[in-house]
Parts: sequence; C-alpha cells; structure tokens
Amino acid sequence: MKRVYADEKWCIGCHLCEYNCAFANSGCDDMVKALKDKEIRPRICVEDRDKITYAVSCRHCEDPICVKSCISGALQKHDGMITIDQDKCIGCLTCILVCPYGAVSENGTGVVQKCELCLENSCGEPACVKGCPNRALIYEERGES
Amino acid sequence: MNLEGQVRIPSGCAIAAVISKEGKRMTGEAITEAMEPMHDRSNGLGGGFAAYGIYPEYKEFYALHFFFNDRDTRKNCEKFLKERFEIVKSELIPTRKIPEITDEPIIWRYFVAPLKSMLVSMQLDESEYVARTVMKINTEMHGAYVFSSGKNMGTFKAVGFPEDVGVFYKLDEYEGYSWTAHGRYPTNTPGWWGGAHPFTLLDYSIVHNGEISSYDANRRFIEMFGYKCTLQTDTEVITYIMDYLIRRQGLNLEETANVIAAPFWQTIENMDDEKEKEKYTYLRTMFPSLLVTGPFSIVFGFNGGLMALNDRLKLRSMVVGEKDDKVYIASEEAAIRVMEPDVKDVWAPAGGEPVIVKVKEGVDL
Amino acid sequence: MSVEFIYPEFEVVRNKDRCIACRVCERQCANEVHKYDKDRGVLISDESKCVDCQRCVSLCPTRALKIIKSDCTLKENANWKNDTIKEIYKQANSGGVLLSSMGNPNPLPVYWDKILINASQVTNPPIDPLREPMETRVFLGKKNEKVTRDENGNLKCKLPPQIELSMPVMFSAMSYGSISYNAHESLARAATELGILYNTGEGGLHEDFYCYGENTIVQVASGRFGVHKDYLEAGRAVEIKMGQGAKPGIGGHLPGTKIVGDVSRTRMIPEGSDAISPAPHHDIYSIEDLRQLVFSLKEATEYKKPVIVKVAAVHNIAAIASGIARSGADIIAIDGFRGGTGAAPTRIRDNVGIPIELALASVDQRLRDEGIRNNVSLVVGGSIRSASDVVKAIALGADACYVATAALLALGCHLCRTCQTGKCNWGIATQRPDLVKRLNPNVGSERLVRLMTAWKHEIKELMGGMGINSIEALRGNRLMLRGVGLNTRELAILGISHAGE
Repeated sequence: MKRVYADEKWCIGCHLCEYNCAFANSGCDDMVKALKDKEIRPRICVEDRDKITYAVSCRHCEDPICVKSCISGALQKHDGMITIDQDKCIGCLTCILVCPYGAVSENGTGVVQKCELCLENSCGEPACVKGCPNRALIYEERGES
Repeated sequence: MNLEGQVRIPSGCAIAAVISKEGKRMTGEAITEAMEPMHDRSNGLGGGFAAYGIYPEYKEFYALHFFFNDRDTRKNCEKFLKERFEIVKSELIPTRKIPEITDEPIIWRYFVAPLKSMLVSMQLDESEYVARTVMKINTEMHGAYVFSSGKNMGTFKAVGFPEDVGVFYKLDEYEGYSWTAHGRYPTNTPGWWGGAHPFTLLDYSIVHNGEISSYDANRRFIEMFGYKCTLQTDTEVITYIMDYLIRRQGLNLEETANVIAAPFWQTIENMDDEKEKEKYTYLRTMFPSLLVTGPFSIVFGFNGGLMALNDRLKLRSMVVGEKDDKVYIASEEAAIRVMEPDVKDVWAPAGGEPVIVKVKEGVDL
Repeated sequence: MSVEFIYPEFEVVRNKDRCIACRVCERQCANEVHKYDKDRGVLISDESKCVDCQRCVSLCPTRALKIIKSDCTLKENANWKNDTIKEIYKQANSGGVLLSSMGNPNPLPVYWDKILINASQVTNPPIDPLREPMETRVFLGKKNEKVTRDENGNLKCKLPPQIELSMPVMFSAMSYGSISYNAHESLARAATELGILYNTGEGGLHEDFYCYGENTIVQVASGRFGVHKDYLEAGRAVEIKMGQGAKPGIGGHLPGTKIVGDVSRTRMIPEGSDAISPAPHHDIYSIEDLRQLVFSLKEATEYKKPVIVKVAAVHNIAAIASGIARSGADIIAIDGFRGGTGAAPTRIRDNVGIPIELALASVDQRLRDEGIRNNVSLVVGGSIRSASDVVKAIALGADACYVATAALLALGCHLCRTCQTGKCNWGIATQRPDLVKRLNPNVGSERLVRLMTAWKHEIKELMGGMGINSIEALRGNRLMLRGVGLNTRELAILGISHAGE
C-alpha cells in the first residue's frame, strides 16, 4: 500500500505541509478563504527541535492500536488505510491517548480527525506531498512491514 | 550580380556515368545522349563530362585543360607553366560551332611533365606539385582557369545543356573506358564555364547532384590543408575532401565513403564485429569535419574506376545498372536505358552505401 | 538617518488580504527580512535586508508576496546612474573593493542575440528529428595528423584520449565550497545520467563523488587546492585553470567562514583559513611553463586523460590559444566576459575581458589559418543561455559549450547575485547546513537532466531545419549564420555575412 513517508534529511521545516493539509481538508476551493485568520488544525505536524525537522502523520500501521482502542467502531481499517467515520465518533479520545505517533487529533468539534491520504477529500492525492518544495515527503509503495 | 566564387551557389542536377570493367573503350556519344531524357534536371547553365583513358599516347603526362579569357592571359600563363613544367604539346581543344553554345573562352590544353629540378627544390612529390600549381593558377591568375589536370583523362564542360556540350566538344571523337556526365541546375548564378561540372583535381573528378548542408564546415576544415575553395560549390569541396582522404591520408575508397557518408552511431553500435565497430568509430572520430550532410548523389571518377555514393539518408535519386562488362550509374533509370536498353539488374544503392567499380587488374589502360 | 544611509534596493509587497500568516516566508529567509508580529498577528518586513532571491515569493502558498524594485529615486542622469552613485556611497562607507557575483550585468552587446540561424527551403530538404536519426554526439580531444596502418595494411585505430559527450554541452567549473555539497551532487548525478561531464572547479573532489569520476573534469588551479594523485586519476579529464571570464587576471578568494568541515578536508587546508588562489600559477610565467605543467599532469595520469587549458577571453586570445594549441593541451576552454562567479571584484567583472562570441570566432579562425585546429578541441563558456546559443557557438566553430549559470538556474538560483554572502536561500552558494539541505539532489539532478534534455531536443530541431543530421556537420559551419545590426568589422571578426547577403 502507498503511504506518506517523511525524509528528515530533506525536510526544510517550512511547515507548508501543514497548511496544504488544512486547506485540502477544509472543503474550500480557496486557500485564503479557508485559512485566513483561522487557527489551522492539520493532520500532519512538523516536529521541530534542535535544527531537526520532519513531518509526522498517520503511519497507517499494519496492526493499528487506535482501531483496537476505538470503542465505537469509528476508526476502521480499509484496504490498509485507517479511516475515521466522524458520525460514529463519540469523542472519547482514547485513540489520541494510544497513538504512539501523535497522529490523531481532535478536530475542534469534539470528534477526532486523522490523515486519510487525501483520498476522502477533493485533493485525490496527499496534498502535503504534492506541495512539499523539497521532496521531503514521499507517497509511495515500499512493501509491507 | 556576383559570379561563382564570390557567392555560394547551390544547384540541383542530373548525373550519369558508365564504365567498362574490361577497360574497353567507348566514344562519348552514348553518355551525351544519356543526358537527353534528363533534360529537365538541368537549366542550360552548365553541363560537362569527364573521360578516362582518352589520351593513351600522352598517358605519362598531365593533361591540363584551360579556359583563358584572352590571348594575353594565355601567353602569360604559358610563360609561368614553362618555369615549372616541360610542355610536350600545346593546342586548342577542338570544338564544333553550334548555336546552342556561345560566348566560349579560349579553350586550350597542355600535356606537361613537372621539371625534376623544381620537385627537388620544393621537396614535393609530383602529384602534390601539380595540385599546388593548379591551385595557384586558379586562385591567383585572373582570367586563367585550369579545369582538368589528370593523366590520361580529361574534363570537358561549358555553359549550356549537357547534350549540347557533348556535341560542342566533339566527344564522339574521343574514346574512353569510363565516362561521367553532369547537367546543372544552379539556382542563382548567371553560369560560368569554370563553374560547370565535373570538378576535378589531378585525375579525381566529381559529378554531384545535391546541396550539402555541411558545406562551410567541410570547406573551413579542408582549407587548413592548402586547398582553396574558389568556386564555393559543393562539387569543389567534395573533390578536395576526396583528394585529401585518398591521396594525402591514404584511405581506400570504402574508408573514404565511411568518412563522408559515415554510418549513424546507432548503426555502428549495433555492429557485431568489434574490429569493424572500432574502425568506423575511429574514422568518425578522426575526421568529424569531413562528414557530408544534406542531399547528394555523387560519382567520383579516378584512373581505373568509379565510385558512386549517396548521402546517408538517400535524399537524392541514384540508380545503378549492369550489362556484361559495363556498369551504368544515373540520376534516373531513363538515362541508363538510353545507353543500354537491355540493362539488367537496375537497383538503387542505399544511402551511404558506396558502389565501387574498378577496371579489372592487369588491363592496360 | 545619516549620510551613510542608502535606501533599500527592493520593496517587499505583501498583500494583506491574501496573507494567511503561515510564516513560511519568515522561516525561509536567511536574510531575516520577514518577521511575525505576535501582538498584531501579522508579518512585517525589513526590506533593507532583501536581496531579491525570490525564495519567499516562490514558497508563499497564497501568492501574497512580491518583491519589486524600489522607486525611491536618486536624481540620476545618463552619466551618473543610480548604481554608479550608490557604489560611490558604498565605497565611501566601507573603504573597500566592491564585490559582486554572477556574470557581467551591463548592457554590453550580446552577439548571440544578433546572430540568426539558417533553415532549408526548396533546394535542400529540412530533416524531421522525430522521424530521422539526428546525432548530437561529440568527441573532444586532439586528433592524429595522419592515418597510420599496421604491417597488414589495417587501420591503426588508436587516437589520443578523447572525451565522448552525448551532446555538446558540459557543466562548467564551480568549486565545492563556492557551491554546496548538494549542488555538486546534483551536477555529478545529472552529468552521469546525461552522458556529459561536470567540472569540480578548484575545490577538490569530495570522496563521495569519486563514483561519478567518468563524468567528472578535475580542475587544477593556481591554489592547487584538493589536488593529489587520486584526485587526478578520479576524473575523465584534467583541466588547468589559467583564468576565468568573470575575473581575468586575478585569483580567487573563498573566505574562511566557508572553509568548514568537509570543504576544508576536500581542499586540504585548515578549517577557517581563507582559500586564496594566486592570480598566476606561480610555476607558469610563460607558455613553455604551461607546456611543462600539461605534461606533468599527463605523466601523472599516464597519458590516459585529455588535458584542458581554460583561459579567460582577453584581447590577445587568438595568439594565446595558438600557443596553448602547441603546448600539448588536448582541449582549450575559453571563458567569455559574461561568465559567472561566486565572487569577483565588481570593477574587474564589469570591465575586463571580451565577449565569448568574438573570442571564439577569432580563435577558431586563427587555429585554422595556422593549420592546427585539429590539435585541440574548443570549448566555450561565458554565458551560454539556451539551445540556440549552443547551436550558434558550434556553428562559429566550438566543439562544445560550458554552461554554469543556466545549470544553477535549473537548481533554483534566481540570479540575486549575492553568492558572496554565503546565505543562499536556495541551498546552492552556501555551506550553512540548514540552507544546504534545501537543495535535494534528487530534485536538483532531475531538473538538470530535464533542462539538458529540452536543449537537446531544441538543438536537434534547429539542426534538422538546416538539413544537418549530425552535429559534426554544424561545427564551424558559419554559412548557417547571419548577423543583424552588426557593423562590417564585427561581421568580419565573426566570419559571417549580414542577413540578406
């Protein structure tokens, strides 16, 4: 399955991936309208400390602990991808607690959100990868495990 | 309006040739007639012939054919020749007055042998000495032009249609074992006798149909070696390339063809034989500036044979036919059929594939 | 403000309606032009630090930024232009030599733009490169004078060492130090993939790049930095750099701040020491000395590698080239006065040397007049900007071209011409690790390959139009060129006719 991989070596810490993610999932067709004067809630997050930066988003684990911990069945694994059905989410936030990567977050309305590889929004391919100026994010098949 | 030599002149053309592999001599009548069906390939601004084996009685001597503008030029030039050569015969080249050919210059020939003392003092071999002298006359002596300088061969050319030029020069009275012919279609010149083809140096002659796109690359390279491209025609530069590769570098005809119409790199890479691959790569790498591009079909004449060659894309027509001891080459099959109605095996050589015909070894020419 | 104040050259225009305060501009500007004002929640800028490298403009996701030339006007006139006046102020402030980067920016004639290319009509067919083979392969190196044969009459196919190129373009010298590790890696990998060569410049060869040796020219310059036996043997060819188009007659100076870590090791000089290349090679004060160095390098590399001698195009270039052609060198590289640099004194860059077009034309003709054009191949650089410049250079007589600025542009350079500051926001002319990593060689080498592939297509199209299907038939084919708006003297030097003739 194709996943988003972060290459720390080439991450320049510009944080564009976060903005592209927030925009892609905004449902808006204009970035200014979508993001101006708003606090953004991207599903990818650039870790930034001691001059080392890299972007973190859902790993789509083979054995996803978030799915196991979900008490309402909102988090599911479909063809390898972990999806979230926000209508089913009851906002217990257990998934946020258990995810070792910090890749699940609360969306501001009491339910959780996470990276769904932009396959569920209008972008069609991961917006973070598409907009990365230095190819530090790569969307590719690297085999399982 | 600029004349030849002051401006580069591209031209379309017709070519034809015939050779007897047995060395049997034939008159110039057939080759003259062969040019008739290709009349439309010329425009009356130049025609000419090269004939091999026509001066057996003077075969040890260089036959210098001249155009002179006037008598004084001839006298001066003769004085110059006498300082360098022993002249064994000096005469007007016989012509037939016909209305189709007018404005002729003084057309003269000398049979000469280089003075031994000059060869020693200049430390040159005979052929190089003659070549340099010809080049010197043609570049420096206004009003005099050497248009043929080989042994036992001669060029005959004029402004007019080739079939008329043949009649004008009484080619029916010459007998040679090999003939080449040319009808010219220059695109922007009033036509000049010296500019007609064949173009020759020593016994090398070229008739050419085409317009080469590599002209200035070839010219500027070859001029490094003492050649002067005074006419700015393709034929002239190809002749010098031939002379340089064959006489001065010692390449054989096949190797020469593989320089001027070199196989594509891809073809070379696909060759199985490593030796062959090495040879072709070497020739292309050694003489890149002598690759000739753009459309051409040429017949290269020399003592004892002919070579026909097309550009490597075959952008000009050229066919070859055979019958008995004779091989025929022409721009159009019609010309061959005039010379030999029963010709067998007419075929079109591939681009870059040389057709080399030599008179059998042992035949006394 | 004071008498020392010079109004900033550029203004940062931020469209407040579009700015989403993502702060990408702030994070990306090594010059610290942009700053986020937390209290107001907006970005502000200090345009006095802006060099117009366009990094922020390129990365701004909402196109909220543009950089424009300041319209703060000095009372300039035709003699005292804006830049001239400001340079006086700068020197009155600093007391120093002015430094600049990249090529001569002045409005001196660009002859390439006054030369037009021929095409076939009627008498000779153009050739369609999509349907017919179209060859751009060239071999650089000395050719034998005579064909020789063995005792059986077979050709002896041995030539002096040749460089084979898939197209007549190479990346010219840019040292590791003046440009980054990643820029070097991009060039090396692209050259390898393209079947051409790149050039180390005078900074040695990083051990990681020895694997690209077959596509590397190793340079030996007056400072001898990074030169040792393995280095010489690593390359496909060795280049002796006598001069550079951007700064003929002077050496180089890479400040100690750039001599860090691997750069110091590769150059074989202590960290933090200035790398100063002398103006002359102190073992070459004349042509016979050059001959000795040429043969020393040939001895060291067992006559397996062609030796290139690179010189700046100066007034007497034809005679100099003739001397080099007789010195044993296999290739002469000539660098025109528009050639780029990482840093050069402004006065030198803008006033010394001659245009490459004229230098090339006169050198090629001189070598032919002397019958020694076959002794050497000619490579020219000094602002070859496009495929048509390449075609014109080849038709004037070059065997191949060197390009550097065009390659840097492909890597992201926006010609801000402040390489000397070492703060290249595009990760090219810098050694700061956080900036260097901005140039990912996976991206860089791909972009270089695409640029050269595009040029190759264009070269083929132009050749096909002329009815030429191999680059050899274009070399020195000056009939394929015509001048426009040139005087008779210029046309005579270029060896071409005027359009319409």
